[in-house]
Amino acid sequence: MSDIAERVKKIVAEHLGVEPEKVTDNASFIDDLGADSLDTVELVMAFEEAFNVEIPDDAAETILTVGDAIKFLEKNAA
Amino acid sequence: MRRVVVTGLGMVTPLGCGVDVTWKRLLDGQSGARRVETFDVSDLPAKIACQIPRGDGSEGTYNPDQWMEPKEQRKVDEFIVYAMAAARQALDDADWHPTSYEDQCASGVLIGSGIGGLNGIAETSLLLQERGPRRVSPFFIPGRLINLAGGYVSIEHGLKGPNHAVVTACSTGAHAIGDAARLVAFGDADVMVAGGTESPINRLALAGFAACRALSTGYNDTPERASRPYDKDRDGFVMGEGAGVVVVEALEHALARGAKIYGEIVGYGLTGDAYHITAPSEDGDGAFRCMTAALKRAGITAAEVDYINAHGTSTMADEIELGAVQRLLGNNAARASMSSTKSAIGHLLGAAGAVEAIFSLLAIRDQIAPPTINLDNPSVETPIDLVPHAPRKREIEYALSNSFGFGGTNASLVFKRYAN
Repeated sequence: MSDIAERVKKIVAEHLGVEPEKVTDNASFIDDLGADSLDTVELVMAFEEAFNVEIPDDAAETILTVGDAIKFLEKNAA
Repeated sequence: MRRVVVTGLGMVTPLGCGVDVTWKRLLDGQSGARRVETFDVSDLPAKIACQIPRGDGSEGTYNPDQWMEPKEQRKVDEFIVYAMAAARQALDDADWHPTSYEDQCASGVLIGSGIGGLNGIAETSLLLQERGPRRVSPFFIPGRLINLAGGYVSIEHGLKGPNHAVVTACSTGAHAIGDAARLVAFGDADVMVAGGTESPINRLALAGFAACRALSTGYNDTPERASRPYDKDRDGFVMGEGAGVVVVEALEHALARGAKIYGEIVGYGLTGDAYHITAPSEDGDGAFRCMTAALKRAGITAAEVDYINAHGTSTMADEIELGAVQRLLGNNAARASMSSTKSAIGHLLGAAGAVEAIFSLLAIRDQIAPPTINLDNPSVETPIDLVPHAPRKREIEYALSNSFGFGGTNASLVFKRYAN
């Protein structure tokens, strides 16, 4: 697992209050991890903060799973 | 209109988490006031407060994780967590856990707060200034709004009836219970979860209330002596925090399900001073009319009032309330007991009226008036028994609870010992 993937999963587990083993690449924030729309907004903010990137709203709307977030950040994070 | 009773109690106070522990320590004459250690007070004139004892939940300590999941706590100000704790205690005490759609729709919430999420507003303002708007959480607004205490409680317990909130400064808790009783009396709901909650102990609020010259500043080295209502050496109130919630229920509904009954809500009065934004009118007219209205609604005379839980904040206003009560009681002043429990728990602002309503109901249950601690030398002579230092065993058929708030907003509740 890449360093970015590991950090993303840690952030997701902490923010959504779920067991780390449930935070798989395929897990959907809303359908599998119990997030609501406000939680997903806050998660994106946490990614921006942790990886020092800006995630525009149209990109944020495509980040629906843990894997989506890892892929986006691997491509865009410095 | 229907008769209304109280069937459940819950509280988190500076004396502990729970009704039993708080009541026991109150009767023991303990004080919840301490030096503030949780943030820097070196440049503040008031360095003390009555803070909730935190811990793992044992020995009356408050453990927020028992009342709200940590990931939810992160989104809200503490006043919401306190309300969740007090509401669950009250509903468990009343043994009311509606599951049918009909019962849920007949059960509502009316929990207020004087200030709401001031701590989060202060912190987020700094974040906005330092980091810009993209760092403001989506939970900033819903986690600070006063009615979200009731919102969270309704979601947790499936209460689909009236969902309302009161904001009347230090009268909030009393108004919430009085308004909830009216909703039940009118038939808008059979059960209302009602009360007040407040989490004002932070630098901004201590600075703001100190600027109003409302806080005690002369007892920073002896905090347990600072809240001393009616005493000649009082110099301001001591900030408290916490929540009080009661289950208000139609008598017929309570009887039908065999609920235990703490007392009947028989009187409720509301008035405005129309005088000053922070000071009560010097003749105490607003307080007098408020108590008079509550007694009229209860259908009793002043001669029948046994116990008064005073607003008594330990400020200059104590004598104004005392004057209004003496005017109300007239020749019967010597037979009544009146105490200020703020001497022990400080001033819980929007939660004060609810917590003090609970103390009034417990006074009726146990036939004992809780004490006014620190009352060494009353600043004026009065025939009224101010219950100094130690509780007083006595007959209590009717108890009156007063709350007065900034803006000149007054509320009085009258409780009666329940009898068929």
